[in-house]
Amino acid sequence: MMLKRLSAIVLTVIILCASLSPAVFAQGQKKDYSHLKGTTLNVYNWGEYISDGQEGTLDVNKAFEEKYGIQVNYTNYESNENMYNKLKSGGANYDIVIPSDYMIAKLIEENMLAELDFSNIPNYKYIVEKYKNLYYDPENKYSVPYTVGMVGLIYNTKMVEGAPDSWGVLWDEKYAGKILMFNNPRDAFGIAQFYLGQSVNTTDLAEWDEAIALLKEQNPLVASYVMDEIYNKMEHGDAALAPYYAGDFLTMYDVNPDLAFVYPKEGVNFFVDAMCIPKNAENKEAAELYINFMLEENVAVANANYVCYASPHTLVLQSDDYDLKGNEVLYPAEEDMPKTEIFENLDYDTQQYMSMLWNELKIEGNSNMDAYVGLSVTVILVVAYLVYKFIKKKKREAYY
Amino acid sequence: MNKKSSLMSRLAGAPYIVWAALFIIVPLCMVAYYAFTDSNGVFTLNNLSDIGKYADTFILSIWLGLLATVICLVVAYPLAYIMAQKGPEKQSSMTMLIMLPMWMNFLLRTYSWMTILEDNGLLTTALNFIVDNINNLMGAELSPVHLINTRGAVVVGMVYNFLPYMILPIYTVMLKTDRSLVEAAQDLGGNKLDVFRNVTIPLSVPGIVSGFTMVFVPSVSTFYISQKLGGTGTILIGDIIETQFQTANNFHLGASLSFVLMILIFICLAVMNRFSDDDGGVII
Repeated sequence: MMLKRLSAIVLTVIILCASLSPAVFAQGQKKDYSHLKGTTLNVYNWGEYISDGQEGTLDVNKAFEEKYGIQVNYTNYESNENMYNKLKSGGANYDIVIPSDYMIAKLIEENMLAELDFSNIPNYKYIVEKYKNLYYDPENKYSVPYTVGMVGLIYNTKMVEGAPDSWGVLWDEKYAGKILMFNNPRDAFGIAQFYLGQSVNTTDLAEWDEAIALLKEQNPLVASYVMDEIYNKMEHGDAALAPYYAGDFLTMYDVNPDLAFVYPKEGVNFFVDAMCIPKNAENKEAAELYINFMLEENVAVANANYVCYASPHTLVLQSDDYDLKGNEVLYPAEEDMPKTEIFENLDYDTQQYMSMLWNELKIEGNSNMDAYVGLSVTVILVVAYLVYKFIKKKKREAYY
Repeated sequence: MNKKSSLMSRLAGAPYIVWAALFIIVPLCMVAYYAFTDSNGVFTLNNLSDIGKYADTFILSIWLGLLATVICLVVAYPLAYIMAQKGPEKQSSMTMLIMLPMWMNFLLRTYSWMTILEDNGLLTTALNFIVDNINNLMGAELSPVHLINTRGAVVVGMVYNFLPYMILPIYTVMLKTDRSLVEAAQDLGGNKLDVFRNVTIPLSVPGIVSGFTMVFVPSVSTFYISQKLGGTGTILIGDIIETQFQTANNFHLGASLSFVLMILIFICLAVMNRFSDDDGGVII
């Protein structure tokens, strides 16, 4: 009897302590976010760029919703430029965007990003030191790195002879109709510029002219300019060669082991994609919470495993659950490290010039003989018919 | 009484007038505004004079749109005719079958055409299997079939996606045709061909014209179909316009291209309307 009562008291004390302790010990470092319950968070991210619960992986957005009771409204974009135009036109409201370095610089310059409150993002401490305070955000006020990576050349070993090591293979007529190219100007010009040995950030318009001449020369060999369609085309062997992001190669390689990857010797683009909050975000605090959540170890590992891009997160790089730990495509050894250059934000005039050249490239391939002949024949037929009808009508009128 | 009903009818029309003002007139004015200004909002004609560069692209878009529309007409007309002759139950199930693919998203349908037409896709593999066998059996030297990234693929995509818009208006008009006119023609001694040529076709012209409009306009301005199925050789004017808004952030050029496209489509449709003008009128 005595014993029973004693144990009851002990139990009560234990339970009390257990329920109190988080509140007591966490005070000062953990904020109360319960007022955010029931709100909505609009996340705008690249396609295939988060662990989404497929094949037993962690569903990050759902886990966030369950943890904080904040509804995540998740949508995708295809390219930095796409995202920029959506933000700029003001047609939609986003709380989180994950652009690349040069686009972040542009957004900061145009005063479109909000300064982050890092007291809501304590997990920022896990970011690898060398990825903090990068050129696009020197004081690291606006962005938290999500992934880093490089562009390289993906090729199908069954369709391509030997092992190419130069961007030049994308101009090889042997592979006409089997070559894919980036469908965004910056990445596409980048390839031509590396091949020419130029800087990808040149403001010398004559150099851009040289690059476009090279791209126009390539145009007849290119099957199509693609972004996310590349998965389908490379995985099914419909194309032989394509420049793309290293991380995505690993995703494709899982499906089609005939694919191989190389960092061409002329140099490649190195990029950082980082989480930012647009200035007009309606739920900034929840957005910071989300950024912090993305940096939690298990979430970051799940994302790194799913997305296959290199991670800027110290705990991920050490984790035994990280499938790609030390992967040589993502983390080449010092001596295999390719020459890299980052994209900087180009000045307005250069950007306009690049856009104009990009338009020219797109309509370059239209050889129009059939259209001219076909349309002229149609016009002649139509005119003949209308004249015929007119004469018939006149005759009929005369008859009556 | 009379006054009241006219007030009523005016009230009934109000929702559409508000709708038209908000979503048709205002956007059109915005297109015109962007087409004639530069990035500082100053009046300019530079955007329009830039358009000469895209003449080839306009021609190609109109040509492929026209091709797709004519193919749609050739396929749709007999089908609509046959449907209109059937009993009501068969008619409704056939209408169902035509509508069915439209319940699926347009983008999805086009994307799946891409995988069908790819070099290792379903259709190409099947055709190449046949080609190989012919080559082996008969010693012929037919080259393997290549479907994706050709103009043909783009036209197929247009025809597939917009065919229902051609069938339905023609079918509806045929359904409403007065059977007694057909009977009268038969009584007057016309054989089947005469009746079809002198009664059925002229009476269905309004359906053809509205079907033509509904297929031609989206075909000329499409960008998704040509992007997915057309490769580098078939960039349509819709692609260029889309790029201005999505990637290049040059709303002014985009708007002026749209403006010119609208005028061109308007001209095409005006010509088309000449066909329906008087001929039908004489017979009715």
